Amino acid sequence: MTEPQLSPYLTEFEDIPGTYVFNTFRSRQGFPLNQFCMSLMKADNRAAFKADNAAYLAGWGLTDAQRDAVLARDWTGMMREGGNIYFLSKLFSTDGHSFQHVAAIMTGATQAQYAQMMLDGGRAPQGCRSKSDPSL
Amino acid sequence: MARIVAGVTTSHVPAIGAMIDQGRQQEPYWAPIFGGFEFSKRWMADLKPDVAIVIYNDHASAFDASIFPTFALGCADRYLPADEGWGRRPVPTVMGHADLACHIAQHMILDEFDLTVVNRMDVDHGLTVPLNLLFGDLKADQAWPCQVIPLPINVIQYPPPTGKRCYAMGQALRRAVESWPGNERVVVFGTGGMSHQLQGTRAGFINTPWDTRFLDNLTRDPLALTRITHAEYVREAGSEGIELVMWLAMRGALDERVREVYRFYHVPCSNTALGHIILEND
Repeated sequence: MTEPQLSPYLTEFEDIPGTYVFNTFRSRQGFPLNQFCMSLMKADNRAAFKADNAAYLAGWGLTDAQRDAVLARDWTGMMREGGNIYFLSKLFSTDGHSFQHVAAIMTGATQAQYAQMMLDGGRAPQGCRSKSDPSL
Repeated sequence: MARIVAGVTTSHVPAIGAMIDQGRQQEPYWAPIFGGFEFSKRWMADLKPDVAIVIYNDHASAFDASIFPTFALGCADRYLPADEGWGRRPVPTVMGHADLACHIAQHMILDEFDLTVVNRMDVDHGLTVPLNLLFGDLKADQAWPCQVIPLPINVIQYPPPTGKRCYAMGQALRRAVESWPGNERVVVFGTGGMSHQLQGTRAGFINTPWDTRFLDNLTRDPLALTRITHAEYVREAGSEGIELVMWLAMRGALDERVREVYRFYHVPCSNTALGHIILEND
């Protein structure tokens, strides 16, 4: 798929750091990846996937980049390839992980560090509103 | 005519449902969160609504990546709790009010608000967690105390509807309810929010001052809230904070002047700033 020309609507989001906006183009790009994740809602499919990740993935029409990201559990890579966090949640749930586990990985923190940050009030807006923020 | 008697908003964090299902409400992390809804449960028990219209979003449960309906309305007799990967939540089956829902769908579409009609779907934590928080920890063999009409809005694929459009939808919903000849007393739920972000290096984002202004303006100046752009939601409330447009759908179904009956705000609830407010027409 070719990279879409950014509309004024999408351009506004480009300035926000560290954030993937699941727009209609990413939805199109991520369709096979997200449908694969959705299939893991069924116990039989989870068992088949766990038995052989690569063989199970072969049936879903993922791009090479999507497949490699899934096999490596590269969550940021899956987001970049059109994954949506609510669909990816089926995959990390199958692996026995929580939202917080995956969020911590995506931020580069340990889960303990991330959990402490949340207990301390979460990630403050100062410094992460804009890519032009001087503190970044 | 049927009447809308009150509006409720609340976050719908899935971990809340998991804690209820595992009986862990009294753990130190969770006790203050559940405690924040004690007044609300008493208030709801006194209100005794006949119907709850629950505005929420599906989280890749009923709808897969094939379809992202912008506004949908459940017109079924009943809805099972969705299997979100760990089996269905052990909460009561959600009983619909199909006749009223079919009337609302017809009225709103002829009123130029083009809903998608859903005759079968499961409902996920986005709907069942708010029911628990307001009606209590009911088990699968019990019954919710009122009928429920689910109204899912897409907020996971951008663009979701604008806040202004959601507010207008609430107004159209009210007209539809008030044109129904029955005497049902209806409470409207707007769910999701408040500031949170589940993905990217900015995950864990929380903005309490912004959330507080949003809570204040829900009573004082909701039209100001309808002018918040999607980019501002993402920048100031995080990529999943966009769920707050569903609060504006609830707000549109009430009078211009409302009274804030109760407010609760707590950080953190899992990855989220939990917000909850009860509004009555003034």
